[in-house]
Amino acid sequence: MSNDIQNAAADKLVISMEGVSKWFGSFQVLEDINLSVKQGERIVICGPSGSGKSTLIRCLNRLEAHQEGTIRVDGIEMHEKMKNIDEVRQDIGMVFQHFNLFPHMTVLENCMAGPNWVRGVPKSEAKERAMAMLTRVKIPEQADKYPSQLSGGQQQRVAIARSLCMEPKVMLFDEPTSALDPEMVAEVLDTMVELAESGMTMICVTHEMGFARKVGDLVVFMDEGKIVERNNPTDFFDNPQSERTKLFLSQILSH
Amino acid sequence: MYPDTVIGEKLIRKPGFLLGLLAIAFLAFFTFNMADTIIGEFLRPVIGEPQESGLFGRSAAALVLSILFVGNLLVISFFHIKVQIGIVWLQLLLLFMAFFYSFDLKLSFIQSKIGFMITQGLFTTLYISAVSIMIASAIAIVGAVAKLSNNGVAFAIASFYTSLFRGLPLLMQVFLIYMGLPQIGYVIDAVPAGIIALSLCYGAYMTEIFRAGIQSIPRGQWEASRSQGFKFGLTMRRIILPQAVPLIIPPTGNQFIAMLKDSSLVSVIGVWELMFLARTLGQKDFRHMEMLITAALIYWCMTMVLEVIQSRIEKHYRQKGAR
Repeated sequence: MSNDIQNAAADKLVISMEGVSKWFGSFQVLEDINLSVKQGERIVICGPSGSGKSTLIRCLNRLEAHQEGTIRVDGIEMHEKMKNIDEVRQDIGMVFQHFNLFPHMTVLENCMAGPNWVRGVPKSEAKERAMAMLTRVKIPEQADKYPSQLSGGQQQRVAIARSLCMEPKVMLFDEPTSALDPEMVAEVLDTMVELAESGMTMICVTHEMGFARKVGDLVVFMDEGKIVERNNPTDFFDNPQSERTKLFLSQILSH
Repeated sequence: MYPDTVIGEKLIRKPGFLLGLLAIAFLAFFTFNMADTIIGEFLRPVIGEPQESGLFGRSAAALVLSILFVGNLLVISFFHIKVQIGIVWLQLLLLFMAFFYSFDLKLSFIQSKIGFMITQGLFTTLYISAVSIMIASAIAIVGAVAKLSNNGVAFAIASFYTSLFRGLPLLMQVFLIYMGLPQIGYVIDAVPAGIIALSLCYGAYMTEIFRAGIQSIPRGQWEASRSQGFKFGLTMRRIILPQAVPLIIPPTGNQFIAMLKDSSLVSVIGVWELMFLARTLGQKDFRHMEMLITAALIYWCMTMVLEVIQSRIEKHYRQKGAR
């Protein structure tokens, strides 16, 4: 690959949202959202519960449908008549609050399924890749166990490995540490930091402010379906602009 | 159920409760005039000729029986729970056998027919039920997916089907299929007609079981699967159904046990299954009771065996679920 193409790729928007609005019935959850994410960028979205942050990232792989505006992932517009949704989703990794591992399959099978079933990767190669990713999240020794035999933190790391096995172009994290016991948060965040440092494009909905400060390129603060403030982490935490942001930060940082 | 950690005083040890129970038992036995039964014969030295003993005989019989009844309960209450269960089962079984014994059954007649009842009747019953439950399961899975889909036509067909076949008596369905299909030019044998009727009827009930099983799998499983780019069919086959089947199997076992007994309804169209033989084998010799009771015991034994198997399967999946 020549340098020109690489540079073009670096500037390429992996995700763009223009004027996106969404309603649940008559309740507006997202209001005129504009957000673009370049390749390799790490975005942290935070905000009070009910502010629409989870809904926002669930719109990105169309687990939720938006009603107005356009969402493009890797240049492809996401809309209700699209034919290639499954192909597009293969390139978008998603990590859920409640892990959502497949309980009837071993850790290894969880990680092999995607590449083997939909990417057409042969079993032996899928297994190699799965083991490599499990090693990367530091639990290769758990490969033959079932998800329910693992701790929450281990399950979430398996979920991350499962997504990585698909070699996604972007990773979405929907409150990945919110359902974990406190002492397990660190191991998951360490994994995410390692991932961020490897250059993965990431969009994280999280309240882990230490993580945001450490790896975030941009912190987005949402309230009542709108993006209230966006800034680099240093300015966001040290010099918030809006009153709403100040209040939120004072509440979550006061303990 | 929830086991209490503090054991209160047993109800049966309270004198008030005992007396009340005694009174109720006395009234019940008095109402049914036990002096005319075998009890009266036992009391002959006290009450004289049972038929002429009048109120005195009736009261005496009722009093003896109710004291026996309450005393029995009181004695049983002192044993360990497992022994209690054994004793009560045994006593009920003895009463049940005494009931049959009172028909003056001819055992040699039963002996001469029971072989045929098992090789022909039991075999046909099992065969029809097993084939039907398999077809019903296949119908149920299609029906459940249709009922959960957002395809209007599929939903309409599935809901019409379940509504119709759950709304008609099975006996009527058996007749309608056996006699209705020839009307449109398709003559059908009794056995296939019976199998079709049972499959369709139980398929309708099992559609609801399968639907509930599929629906009980958390939404997150769908999302994790679809977000990796797995299509609907793949998600259903490899992610949802493998988790739903362990939930579906125990109630399906129940349906099978129920079907085994409902298969007796196809005897009306002349299938030589257990019920049909029970009604016909004794006709010539006026030995109806012998055959009916034999068939009853065969049905009962069969369901008991199946219930044991059923509870094994449930246990197996419970352990697997706890994994």
